[in-house]
Amino acid sequence: MAMTMTQKILAAHAGLDSVVAGQLIEADLDLVLGNDITSPVAIKEMEKMNLTEIFDKDKIALVPDHFVPNKDIKSAEHCKCVREFALKNKITNYFEVGRMGIEHALLPEKGLTVAGDVIIGADSHTCTYGALGAFSTGVGSTDMAAGMATGKAWFKVPSAIKFNIVGKPSKYISGKDLILHIIGMIGVDGALYKSMEFVGEGIKNLTMDDRFTVANMAIEAGAKNGIFPVDDLAIAYMKEHSKRDFKIYEADEDAEYDEEYTIDLSTIRPTIAFPHLPENTKTIDEIDEKIKIDQVVIGSCTNGRIEDLRTAAEILKGRTVADNLRLIVIPATQSIYLQAIAEGLVNIFIEAGGVVSTPTCGPCLGGYMGVLAKGEKCVSTTNRNFVGRMGDVTSEIYLASPAVAAESAVKGYIASPV
Amino acid sequence: MKACGKVFKYGDNVDTDVIIPARYLNSSDPAELATHCMEDIDKDFVKNVKKGDIIVATKNFGCGSSREHAPISIKASGVSCVIAETFARIFYRNSINIGLPIMECKEASIAINNGDEVEVDFDNGIIYDKTTGESFKGQPFPEFMQKIINAEGLLNKIKNS
Repeated sequence: MAMTMTQKILAAHAGLDSVVAGQLIEADLDLVLGNDITSPVAIKEMEKMNLTEIFDKDKIALVPDHFVPNKDIKSAEHCKCVREFALKNKITNYFEVGRMGIEHALLPEKGLTVAGDVIIGADSHTCTYGALGAFSTGVGSTDMAAGMATGKAWFKVPSAIKFNIVGKPSKYISGKDLILHIIGMIGVDGALYKSMEFVGEGIKNLTMDDRFTVANMAIEAGAKNGIFPVDDLAIAYMKEHSKRDFKIYEADEDAEYDEEYTIDLSTIRPTIAFPHLPENTKTIDEIDEKIKIDQVVIGSCTNGRIEDLRTAAEILKGRTVADNLRLIVIPATQSIYLQAIAEGLVNIFIEAGGVVSTPTCGPCLGGYMGVLAKGEKCVSTTNRNFVGRMGDVTSEIYLASPAVAAESAVKGYIASPV
Repeated sequence: MKACGKVFKYGDNVDTDVIIPARYLNSSDPAELATHCMEDIDKDFVKNVKKGDIIVATKNFGCGSSREHAPISIKASGVSCVIAETFARIFYRNSINIGLPIMECKEASIAINNGDEVEVDFDNGIIYDKTTGESFKGQPFPEFMQKIINAEGLLNKIKNS
């Protein structure tokens, strides 16, 4: 029976020659991930059940990134719980403040996620590593606890939707515009329980950072995972960042897909998701009013990578943000932060009137570092614009690319450089 | 096993941010989380919910963040079952893993009204709306998931095996 790329990875990790959609399997895990919000629940559950052993100290990654540096006493207690667990179990991949980053930018950079892996993470955006040809998916704290204890997880083998990507994007069109376009097309439950498999000659025109952004937001279409084929660019990225062996899986030519779409990158326009769902998309050309904004956030596991910052800086260089508008820029990892300093990007942001923060998920989920007041509007390069996501329930979030976010910061209303 | 209670009815795409907003995620205490359950979509939920009550919603319930705090807060607020046309997949897993009964049933999710008295029989998957007299057949769990539920959660199942 022909298999999709995802099905091949799952079959190999379940010790099976083949699997079919709908089949329940138990798969070996290459990495189990948790953060400062989800790990404490998992750790307490393990303690309660008297599960004292972890399966492999090198295959667990603990990244406090949501509410760090500790935003309040309760958050500090959560971080302390994670730190003590990591120390007690000699977990190799625990990342302390100062060495951490936003988990889904950090782990590929540290070489912990490679093609052919099966990865679970107690964070919904764990699907990001599909950009490198891994099967990775978000789970909850109990699955994380079970994964840490046994090195295994149960899965229902997903069917898939195929996205055939062709053409070349024009300047300032990024992976964010592509994935928002797709979510607008299929809806926030358009890929529910399924894989999103991206293929086609147009993929070579997407940078690694574009692909991370696209795979990252597969969850916003309800998908179990998003996955890219492993080409020379992905191999070069892994060789640069990782010492681990990787394994390339390819979908069978006659694999079955529930649906197939062809998307021509040359037709994609700057795309913005309006409140309060990522599927409420409009292209910049469809916005016929000046939507005045109070805040712009450039960062997150979706768009806090170096190319995102370069794009924003290119647009902000020599300009200043609009009066009474707050621009918050958050490099996703310490290494990206240093790179941004070395390239002069941080100077550009600060000279434009923005602030630059240590890596944190903070504002994306309304935690801290940019919470919105009643009725305020924010253009954000993050991934969700649900009711109350960044603050008061009457505040509004418009999801967009770094280019749109930067141009909007200067103009004071939703705008695009192209 | 049966659940019986008054229905709190919601629409499509109820996300985990409105079920339990991130501003409360500096706690992982179920009782504390329950005091903010559904706060950003229904301010009166916490005030009105009684032990045994049932949540009914339409498509894609529990979408968004993987926070297990969402099903934990629903369970700790006394809700005995969530019925929806579809659930977001992480919420679905989390509910099974922590032992919050959920059931997929399109017809029930559309027909049942806010405030109806509903009874759910988990053994045969029958959902009975006492207020309107209508009954519906929900999707039973696959045997594998039923075993997790019977063991009262995934970690119990691992512990016992």
